[in-house]
Amino acid sequence: MRRTHKMRLVAGLAAVGLATAACGEPPGEGNGGSGSSDTDFVGCMVTDEGGPDDKSFNETSWKGLQDAAAEGISAKPRLAESNAASDYEPNVDQMVKADCGLIVTVGFLLADATKAAAEANPEEKFAIVDYLYTDKSGKPTPIDNVKPLVFNTHEAAFLAGYLAAAQTKTNKVATWGGAKIPTVTIFMDGFYDGVQHYNKTKNKNVQVLGWNKKTQDGQFVGNFNNSNKAKQISENLLNDGADIMMPVAGPIGEAAAVAAKEQGDVSIIWVDSDGYEALPKYKDIILTSVIKGMDVAVKNAAAETAEGNFSNEPFVGTLENKGVSLAPYHDFDSKVSDETKKEIDDLTQQIIAGDLKVESDAAF
Amino acid sequence: MTDQDKRPDTETRQDGDDSGAVTTTDQKPDAGKPAQDEPSIGQRFLRELTTGSTALTILSVVLALLIGAILIVVSDPDVHAAASYFFSRPGDTFAAMWTSASEAYAAMFSGAIIDFDEYTVGRALRPFADSLTYATPLIAAGLAVALAFRTGLLNIGAQGQLILGAILAGYIGFAIDLPPVVHVVVAMLAGFVGGAIWGGIAGFIKATRGAHEVIVTIMLNYIALFLLAYLLTTDPFQREGEDLPRSPFMLPTAELWRPIEGSRLNLGLVFALLAAVYTWWLLNRSTMGFRFKAVGFNPHAATTAGISVGRSYTTVMFICGGLAGIAGATQVMGTSLHLHGAIAEQLGFDAITVALLGRSSPIGTVLAAILFGALRAGATTMQAQTQTPIDIVLVVQALIVLFIAAPPLVRAVFRIKVRATRPVAPGSGGLA
Repeated sequence: MRRTHKMRLVAGLAAVGLATAACGEPPGEGNGGSGSSDTDFVGCMVTDEGGPDDKSFNETSWKGLQDAAAEGISAKPRLAESNAASDYEPNVDQMVKADCGLIVTVGFLLADATKAAAEANPEEKFAIVDYLYTDKSGKPTPIDNVKPLVFNTHEAAFLAGYLAAAQTKTNKVATWGGAKIPTVTIFMDGFYDGVQHYNKTKNKNVQVLGWNKKTQDGQFVGNFNNSNKAKQISENLLNDGADIMMPVAGPIGEAAAVAAKEQGDVSIIWVDSDGYEALPKYKDIILTSVIKGMDVAVKNAAAETAEGNFSNEPFVGTLENKGVSLAPYHDFDSKVSDETKKEIDDLTQQIIAGDLKVESDAAF
Repeated sequence: MTDQDKRPDTETRQDGDDSGAVTTTDQKPDAGKPAQDEPSIGQRFLRELTTGSTALTILSVVLALLIGAILIVVSDPDVHAAASYFFSRPGDTFAAMWTSASEAYAAMFSGAIIDFDEYTVGRALRPFADSLTYATPLIAAGLAVALAFRTGLLNIGAQGQLILGAILAGYIGFAIDLPPVVHVVVAMLAGFVGGAIWGGIAGFIKATRGAHEVIVTIMLNYIALFLLAYLLTTDPFQREGEDLPRSPFMLPTAELWRPIEGSRLNLGLVFALLAAVYTWWLLNRSTMGFRFKAVGFNPHAATTAGISVGRSYTTVMFICGGLAGIAGATQVMGTSLHLHGAIAEQLGFDAITVALLGRSSPIGTVLAAILFGALRAGATTMQAQTQTPIDIVLVVQALIVLFIAAPPLVRAVFRIKVRATRPVAPGSGGLA
């Protein structure tokens, strides 16, 4: 998970070691440095233990702030990575001290620390990815200076389920999760319903392994760091006959791709970001990806705040506002029939228009 | 336990790691079974740890920080930028290097000890309070490892013991209504008992079946971790109206008092320090502690002297587990105020490092825990102010252990001569 940091260190050692390559021209006197810092708005982020290189929601959210910097919305963004749960509060407090225009915290784990800091610093602006503050009955309890960024990923996962059902040769598709939390099960609910929709319209009987929406019961690793168990679950599901699998597990989802490569004739549906780019080693088995546009949501939140238009209104990513979407088929483009492609486009329009209701207990 | 009961376990240990006793009387090398005649690596390692000098410890820390500085320098983009025109203007590179390392460590200092930018003494010293907050569970868990070391046991299970302590203390803290003060005491006791049972299991299995405590405690760590993960999926351990793996907050009566406004420093520190005093008393002033140490030095001699080795193992692991359980209780009742899947963080493993650094003495463990707490508190500030990767601190911590585990290396670097009086020959230590 910390690979990039280590790579950075190694790369740094190499850079200093190879001093012979250090014959470049010095900058002229009084050079202002990098160009894009003509704004004094700074976007800041606190990640959980996954860190900004988790190939998952921390990384995608952090990309949002980097994109904002690249487009001149924000000056160089600041990052505070947490090594442990007890780092959350100090990290958020550090960002409050650091003159941030917007502090983005990533994930429900940071919800308590964010709420405490937001209430103690009412003039500071916050956004939290993947969490909506609610009371005991589930009614939203907004905080004046915290903007929740949440995603109805089941809409896009529905399309992925439909596609998987259309593509499977064994009539069995599978999904499994990291931990059983709403932001994970929402993908699995959508996937499950997509398969059922295919079965209903085509009068087929494609089975979903690893998740049952009705009983809300399925296969979970229990965390997001045990890749051995992730691989074991993947292998079991493949041995049970699944030939398309959607792991919803952030960094350890890669274990599914490893297992799929070993098994052969199996394809993977990636989640959060486009797996074709996130996992170049496995791009030839990535059927598609359920994209959760956290980068776009974070960038837009930063842009609104920079323009002085901050609101605590939750952003809910949907197919309609392209907050969630299905990635291109890439290498599988030729293997997905035009009929299926059209059906998926139609389903997308139906969901956007509200003609087709896709539901999940975990939806927002 | 009768005499016959202890026999089997002392026998078991003979072919394991405790052949030091044999060596003192019998120096003949045996080609077939060298492990029988020379102290095992573990044995020598433990001895080196408990006899190493303070100076060597401090030098190890200094050396680790120096290497940390090199890593900070080479991972800094500003230094890279200046290094790209090194031959045109080398001064820039050195200036950038100096700025990079000195700013990072200055930020770390201001985040761990004193913040000179604050105007009142209370606020300026808040960083030190943060360090002590981070140190609190490390003190208690470090003692759990140190006490086991002194009895000749490697307690890798502080992590699991800590989790059990956190579960029990946490549940009593958020689910059961009790009057103030009583609530804290009962929950803290529950934390002790939870950890003690977990540690006691490992000690008991070791004593009665001879199973190696390293294996047993590691396995118990996993059981504890997944037990916690499972409990957090059940309704009693979740907040009403949501389906997330985190418990309700502690009831106000079970929260450990926080004396400083705006700081998380809490009464847990006092409990941890009391645990350290108790451990010191146990080791240096009590009969039981004398037995533990005798078993640690030489289980065979201890048996001969009439000490039940098996009972000592069970008892000491029970106490060690309890100490780690207190760490878990302070974590849930003082710092996070609710139970969640990562409540134990890496504390049980950092505790091993802390015990090593503290040379397995209670005072050393307290000081080492405060150093590690300071590193962690400083790291968040360093990261926020200078954007130095927080992982540097993990590297520094690892290097400290490495240097402490390899004293000859540190001696070579600082050109320290080995004192002639120091027993170098393996096995010559004995119970002296």
